[in-house]
Amino acid sequence: MSNHIAHTATSQQARGDTRLSFNNVQMVYPDGTNALEDISFDVAAGEFVTVVGPSGCGKSTLLKIASGLLDHTGGDVAIDRDSIGYVFQDATLLPFRTVQRNVELIAELHGMPKAERRPLAAEAIELVNLKGHEKKYPKQLSGGMRMRCSLARSLVMKPEVFLFDEPFGALDEISRERLNAEVLSLFKQENFAALFITHSVAEAVFLSTRVLVMSAHPGRIIDDIDIPFDFPREHDLRYTPEFGEIAARVSHGLLEAHA
Amino acid sequence: MSSTEQNGPSVVAIGSRGVLADKVVNYGPVVLVAGLVVGVWYLMHYVIMGERRRFIIPPPHRVIDESFFNSTARSELFEGFVNTGRVAILGFFIAAILAFVGAVVMALSRIAERALFPWAVMLQTIPVIALVPLFRVWFGPTVKTRVITCVLVAIFPIVTNFLFGLKSVDRGQLDLFRLHQANWWTRLWKLQLPSALPAIFTGLRIGAGLCVIGALVADFFFTRGDLGLGRLINNYAQELQYERLFGGVILASLLGVALYALIGWIANRVLRDWHETEGNAA
Repeated sequence: MSNHIAHTATSQQARGDTRLSFNNVQMVYPDGTNALEDISFDVAAGEFVTVVGPSGCGKSTLLKIASGLLDHTGGDVAIDRDSIGYVFQDATLLPFRTVQRNVELIAELHGMPKAERRPLAAEAIELVNLKGHEKKYPKQLSGGMRMRCSLARSLVMKPEVFLFDEPFGALDEISRERLNAEVLSLFKQENFAALFITHSVAEAVFLSTRVLVMSAHPGRIIDDIDIPFDFPREHDLRYTPEFGEIAARVSHGLLEAHA
Repeated sequence: MSSTEQNGPSVVAIGSRGVLADKVVNYGPVVLVAGLVVGVWYLMHYVIMGERRRFIIPPPHRVIDESFFNSTARSELFEGFVNTGRVAILGFFIAAILAFVGAVVMALSRIAERALFPWAVMLQTIPVIALVPLFRVWFGPTVKTRVITCVLVAIFPIVTNFLFGLKSVDRGQLDLFRLHQANWWTRLWKLQLPSALPAIFTGLRIGAGLCVIGALVADFFFTRGDLGLGRLINNYAQELQYERLFGGVILASLLGVALYALIGWIANRVLRDWHETEGNAA
């Protein structure tokens, strides 16, 4: 298995336009917990890399390190910190701001004047199908709509790298599938590099161009799978035998990770 | 998007109940209880208390007659109401401003919190009432002394609620601000302060009630200086003028209720659009 990882890691690099690069990254917490060990992979523009793994395997740690919210203890991370879109587990909308003002927030934090960020926000709101809800407050939105609003907020600055931290875990199956489709259409449209964390095998295979399977204690990459399906991906792709085969491989990897 | 994802504003249109019926449902229970209280009050006076003791619970109509339709009592009570009210409101504003500044400083700096918070706790644990005679000696029976009493009585719950609000900002939202390199001022102004508003109003509501208590306590101790409601209540009790005593109690309660309701009203205006618990109240 391990030589397989080495192979794909180099072939990915060859594709060029790398936006995020992990090189032998290690994370040991002050209490001695070995959260990540020897993590190496690259994500280029137009690549959608998903990390699946059992809870507590360090997936979220990985994402926090990528974003700079957390400092790693070894290895190198290369990323443009000023061009990150981070989609949190919760929508993390500000309850006292309307949809419009929430979507404007990140542009506002970067000091963009109102006249400039208004049209950008309107565009992002349209992209995530929230048009007509601009004046609503988060408490008036469903879980799916909140997540859309959160996506729009990250889209405004047109980041080069999108980091997703299990964003749809709390949604029902239908909303999740619908948002998966929307994320993919945004991905094709904006051509960003995506690093996506999930524990849903189906979600991982459906979204990604590449899936990394992690094990826990310490967090290591134990399988690395290229997903060959073309875009756009239709809903029923999930029910094809090819999809099933890959999902089975990811799933077996996860079983191994738990063992 | 499709209607399945809509969760709309919490529209409350139950059936086709009329405006009048709504009012009855909303205010009926309160009016009913008020009627019961007045009924029990009359019952106490005319039935339960013996003939020789019933004067200590004068019936409501005599209280109103003696307190508010007697010109001497009325002008006395009005003067007391204004004086005590002024002290309470002044004290409330000063306490709120001090608490606000203190809470912001403590929320921004852990060192400041370690240095200041124990003093706030101490204010809460020492019985301020015991200090009032001392303040009287130091500052005289002036408005200033009364206001200081008010502030000391009311400030602790305001500070703790403010601080709690500023510090209990959602972890993810803080990460978001950190991720985009927001400075402390942006974080305070755009995240912590607005997030803290519900807790701030809770603190203000509690503080308002305590300020009225503080003002009355100061009155009790002051036999000189401005005539306050507390002193009037004390005097009437000693002069066995129980009708007017009740009148004073009613005015003092009114002051507390009015301040509380005013802040509640402002809180509702400010928060009803976005806060989960506001905006649905009757």
